[in-house]
Amino acid sequence: MAGRVLTCQIDGQDVSGLEESTILEVAREHHIRIPTLCHVPGLPEAGACRVCLVEVEGAARLLPACVTRIAEGMKVKTESERLLKYRRMTVEMLFAERNHICSVCVSNGHCDLQWLAQTLGVDHIRFPYRYPALPVDSSHARFVADHNRCVLCLRCVRVCGEIEGAHTWDVMGRGADCLVITDLAQPWGESASCTSCGKCVQVCPTGALSEKGKSAGEMAKQRRFLPYLTLMRGGNHV
Amino acid sequence: MSEPVTKAKLATVWLDGCSGCHMSFLDMDERLLEVAARAELVYSPLVDRKDFPEIVDITLVEGAVSSEEDLRKIRHIREHTRVLVSLGDCAVAGNVPTMRNPFGVEPVLSRAYDENVTAPAPRPRGVIPVLLQAARPVHAVVPVDVYIPGCPPSAETIHYAVSELLAGRKPELRKLTRFGA
Ligand code: SF4
Ligand code: SF4
Ligand code: SF4
Ligand code: FES
Repeated sequence: MAGRVLTCQIDGQDVSGLEESTILEVAREHHIRIPTLCHVPGLPEAGACRVCLVEVEGAARLLPACVTRIAEGMKVKTESERLLKYRRMTVEMLFAERNHICSVCVSNGHCDLQWLAQTLGVDHIRFPYRYPALPVDSSHARFVADHNRCVLCLRCVRVCGEIEGAHTWDVMGRGADCLVITDLAQPWGESASCTSCGKCVQVCPTGALSEKGKSAGEMAKQRRFLPYLTLMRGGNHV
Repeated sequence: MSEPVTKAKLATVWLDGCSGCHMSFLDMDERLLEVAARAELVYSPLVDRKDFPEIVDITLVEGAVSSEEDLRKIRHIREHTRVLVSLGDCAVAGNVPTMRNPFGVEPVLSRAYDENVTAPAPRPRGVIPVLLQAARPVHAVVPVDVYIPGCPPSAETIHYAVSELLAGRKPELRKLTRFGA
């Protein structure tokens, strides 16, 4: 993929990248850290979580670094009080939205959401918890989907559709009613399209998708296969 | 080091929690002596005093606010405490006690008093505190000054936090603990 090389500034540092690169890709190539949640190396971006927001000079709004392309002369700030405030709020809302009980969760100690909260200094949730009644689908022979822990990052949808090619996962409903579903909102165990490859389970950032039989804190995910598979398909793997 | 003239007044309370946070507090072992040199434990499940003192410098709260009794207690304690500390995930985030919230009170009571019994038991009236519609973290009902996540927070974390508070500083806990730690 030949393209023009653009130069811009991230946190005062002069950087360059190919013109179709995102701010996140260029930042990571230059070892500048921007927190992310829905982004996962090797998958197409969803721009779903808003954790990666950055300030771009001249832009009225904060922009998600994972889906915003660089431009010549662009000036980006990845750290500020304002950004920290919004990133914390985003993470707090994710906790308030569903039922996260870390102490008894299969992903305790291996969870991206938990880790984000810790690194952003979220030590309590200021918003009222919603306590929704949500299903747990354990109909699959090997896996469990617990919607109480889902952050709607759509990693499962993307890996299943783009890498495995099964497209078992999709999204149903809007706003607070939004859920990821298998096939036509049928039990996962009855899905005709699922190949039981387990890729969705491994990329899921939280305890929402897990292997059966794992107890609290036992569900550590294996993600190293993904950049390899993507590379084999000629995709980007940052 | 010479003994401070007046020791700080320290209290601990146990709302809807498993007592794990208090166990972790006791796990400070010999460091408890160091804490005792600088603070007096004026009210706690660990000491024999029934009424909450007029004014307490630091109160550590274990547990979520789950019953009318918890609510009454924590409101009173807030009024009589200078620095109120949520200790552990139940106090900080609701944790396990809030797992009943999506179901509502009646199905939960029914599970305990009708479904899981060999002979139907009468519902308690008057003696056992009435459950609130939902269990909540402490800061959802009264202002909280310091949060110590963890289930339970380790003895090291509690020791560090209490020492900092006794020195008049706000503990920086981010590297020591997290939800579920
Ligand atoms: S998914 Fe993560 S944040 Fe949610 S309960 Fe499990 S460990 Fe905690
Ligand atoms: S199930 Fe997991 S991977 Fe899928 S949207 Fe929810 S959190 Fe993301
Ligand atoms: S936070 Fe954990 S250890 Fe502390 S009372 Fe709650 S369940 Fe028990
Ligand atoms: S990582 Fe950019 S929106 Fe989620």
